Amino acid sequence: MSTSTTTRPQASGPASKPAPRRPPLRPARVVLHLFLGTVAVGWLFPILWAVLTSLRSYAYTAANGYVSLGGWTFDNYVTAWRTAEFGKHFLNSVYITVPAVLLTLFLASCVAFVIARFSWKLNIVLLGLFTAANLLPQQALLIPLFRIFTQVPLPEFMSDSELLYDSYWGLILVNVAFQCGFCVFVLSNYMKALPRDLYEAAMVDGASIWRQYWQVTMPLCRPALAALATLEVTWIYNEFFWATVLMRTGDKFPVTSSLNNLRGEFFTDNNLVSAGSVLVAIPTLVIFFLLQKQFVKGLTLGASKG
Amino acid sequence: MSDLPLIQADHAVASPAPTSPSRGGRGRRLRLLSRTDRVVITLMVLVPLLLVVGLVWLPALATVALSGTDWDGIGPLSEIDWVGGRNYADVVGNYPPFVPAMQHNLLWLAALFVVATPLGMFLAVLLDKEIRGSRFYQTALYLPVVLSLALIGFVWQLIYSRDQGLLNAVLGGQTDWYGDPHVNIWAVLVAAGWRHVGYIMLLYLAGLKGVDPSLREAASVDGASETSTFFRVVFPVMRPINIIVLVVTVIESLRAFDLVWVINKGRNGLELISALVTQNVVGEASRIGFGSALATIMLAISLVFITIYLAVVMREGRR
Repeated sequence: MSTSTTTRPQASGPASKPAPRRPPLRPARVVLHLFLGTVAVGWLFPILWAVLTSLRSYAYTAANGYVSLGGWTFDNYVTAWRTAEFGKHFLNSVYITVPAVLLTLFLASCVAFVIARFSWKLNIVLLGLFTAANLLPQQALLIPLFRIFTQVPLPEFMSDSELLYDSYWGLILVNVAFQCGFCVFVLSNYMKALPRDLYEAAMVDGASIWRQYWQVTMPLCRPALAALATLEVTWIYNEFFWATVLMRTGDKFPVTSSLNNLRGEFFTDNNLVSAGSVLVAIPTLVIFFLLQKQFVKGLTLGASKG
Repeated sequence: MSDLPLIQADHAVASPAPTSPSRGGRGRRLRLLSRTDRVVITLMVLVPLLLVVGLVWLPALATVALSGTDWDGIGPLSEIDWVGGRNYADVVGNYPPFVPAMQHNLLWLAALFVVATPLGMFLAVLLDKEIRGSRFYQTALYLPVVLSLALIGFVWQLIYSRDQGLLNAVLGGQTDWYGDPHVNIWAVLVAAGWRHVGYIMLLYLAGLKGVDPSLREAASVDGASETSTFFRVVFPVMRPINIIVLVVTVIESLRAFDLVWVINKGRNGLELISALVTQNVVGEASRIGFGSALATIMLAISLVFITIYLAVVMREGRR
């Protein structure tokens, strides 16, 4: 603080000429910061409240009310982890999210490559077909999909329900089918911006189409792929609807959908509910804080996705 | 954030057009490909296409077809009777939750459109100025976007719960914010808006970064105030982003589901079209034809806005 006051007279001298609007706006800036600060704290509040609640004992809050201080404990996390079997549900989420994200990126980049590399008349239809699929309301497709999934048999080693219904495979497929559209849209735009001379050169070298895709295009798409991967991990991890309707066995639910089952167990204990919520949120929050730049880039890359 | 492909793609797509005639047209270039290459290309498109057509588009068509039948989901397909528009008549005239669900979906749209979306835009405009701490403010605002809507339902329960919630503890009331059918839709809308504001702020901020700074300079040289520069110069230039934000808002409010489903499965004041469809299929009553009619209504509304969206983004891509 003290250094800034000593430097300010100098800064408002001739050196600040390039930015002459700064000094006269001071009071307005203060108001702006006050406003933004209030909004930001207000926005963080529900999350902070959940964290706060999760760190306090039920007995203490029951006796003193939630608007009090004290009763600090980590027991809620221990209890929530045990009773809700979070370990198992996190693992289920991994089984679904990891293959689904990899498959989505692979398949979408294939289509995007063909759309970007060749200018066929059908490209626009193809692009529309994929992009629109991502925006359809899932519930509107539920009825036929539900029927299909309960009719398609799977060998027992793939699914103990012996059906696509109530299996990880089914959830992976449906997530891939839905998320492909967004990735095709983003990646095809990204690939179209690559210089076409690359392909000319590759053709001269006799590179096959597959090599042009895998060894020329894909390495150049790394930033877009990284941004999409971050985003898709959070989306598929957060996916709630398909897991709720296409799964039956509670043990196989991914962690986001298992929340609903957990509520019954936690019914009367808000401290446990909040510990559970924080636990479920942790993976996405970690991704968010570690890969914030990628996440934001991904969201704004396509500027779509409902 | 100048690397927005939405905008970047403009010149990129235009480039092949002037160069291709000199290279002998598309047909010849295709014939230059070897047989393996053509097989590879076909597979690269066909496999994902089959997945998306099979799991998204065919089910969508099947939903429309089933909406004209009386199938109960049990008998063989050959026993299905065609009933024409009867399911639609039943949905509109003979199904008490339908009207409230439509109203709630519209209210959802209105709340996001009139309150949350403009607030998100406003915050983006404020944050677009070079201010200290901008990153902190941004992070705080879009943190809810990384949480699932189901989780948001739980987080807000800590505030809304009747006996243990913060709101009643502070206000001293006894309102069951999630349970009372007269207030719960509003409580849910606050939670939904909480997430939507951050999302719109982010999209809009990216759009604002893409606006050519020389436009603003020109306006300020002409003596325009900051407000009038925004409304007369910046806002119109951002037409594509504005339309995308509008479509995202409409689709989001049509697809609203998770939040009400974790609270009470879309009953008792929280009816939504998406929840009604789900109730009719996985709930106790398996009314396939009837549920399909509801789903078809959803499809029809969303397709209108998806078409608008595609028209905008594809035109941006081609220019």
